Amino acid sequence: MAESKELTQKQETTPEAQAGAAREVVLVPAVDVLEDPDGLTVIADMPGVSAERLDLRVEQDQLVIEGDLSIEMPAEMQPLYADVRGSHYRRAFSLSQELDTDAIAAEMKNGVLRVRIPKKEAHRPKRIEVQVA
Amino acid sequence: MFERLLGLDTDLWDRFAQMQRELDEIFGRALPSAAIRGVPAGTFPAVNVGETTDDVRVYVFAPGLDTDKLEVTLEGNVLSIEGERQESVPDNATVYRNERFQGRFRRVLSLPETVDDERVNATYKDGVLQVVVAKKAEAQPRRIEVKAH
Repeated sequence: MAESKELTQKQETTPEAQAGAAREVVLVPAVDVLEDPDGLTVIADMPGVSAERLDLRVEQDQLVIEGDLSIEMPAEMQPLYADVRGSHYRRAFSLSQELDTDAIAAEMKNGVLRVRIPKKEAHRPKRIEVQVA
Repeated sequence: MFERLLGLDTDLWDRFAQMQRELDEIFGRALPSAAIRGVPAGTFPAVNVGETTDDVRVYVFAPGLDTDKLEVTLEGNVLSIEGERQESVPDNATVYRNERFQGRFRRVLSLPETVDDERVNATYKDGVLQVVVAKKAEAQPRRIEVKAH
């Protein structure tokens, strides 16, 4: 059975190696993405990430959201149960041409990140007057 | 630091518990046996629990909450966390993704029986609620003096 073999192999690795592997678990934040006539809003849940530990950037045409979870806890604490098994969040979205990446604004509050991506002026809706002949 | 809570994998029983959760995820249903207050993976809010010799610490990953809409109660060793999260979507908005939890939630955990429900404190920071419950004095390890004759 493949599973049992893998389990045995894993047990042979050192605790240090295991901790290293565990640290690589990437948490994918849950997001809401909304669009209104003037731009897009991305809202991401990143509990445990302070504004200082947030890394938000535009890389080529990608909006990259990264952050490190940091919670004060006693060094001698022993784990009893864990839903969250990673400490690094990452998620990326590809942006499109009509978005003004230089005007992106972001706010981090209570573990919720809000990113506002405005559209370039030329791409905002213009109301077309219908002339009555 | 946080990695301490990730060390769970070293123990075979925890590995088994994780496998159970993964199976839960795959099959989307409960296995023949599960913890009575266990919840499927992905339930909001996520919770981590740890203990020291003096206390039990519960970390609730509940971002974007109003602390006055958050209710934490402890009866004996049963901890419940209740709250509500509402996000208002503007009328003229198109929603492409709506993954974030919305509405009321309640999560109940049984803590070790050694906790003292009279000595609890809860703090909320960066979207994480931390509940620290002291252990009863009699549950704490005592150093036994060895007398020399």
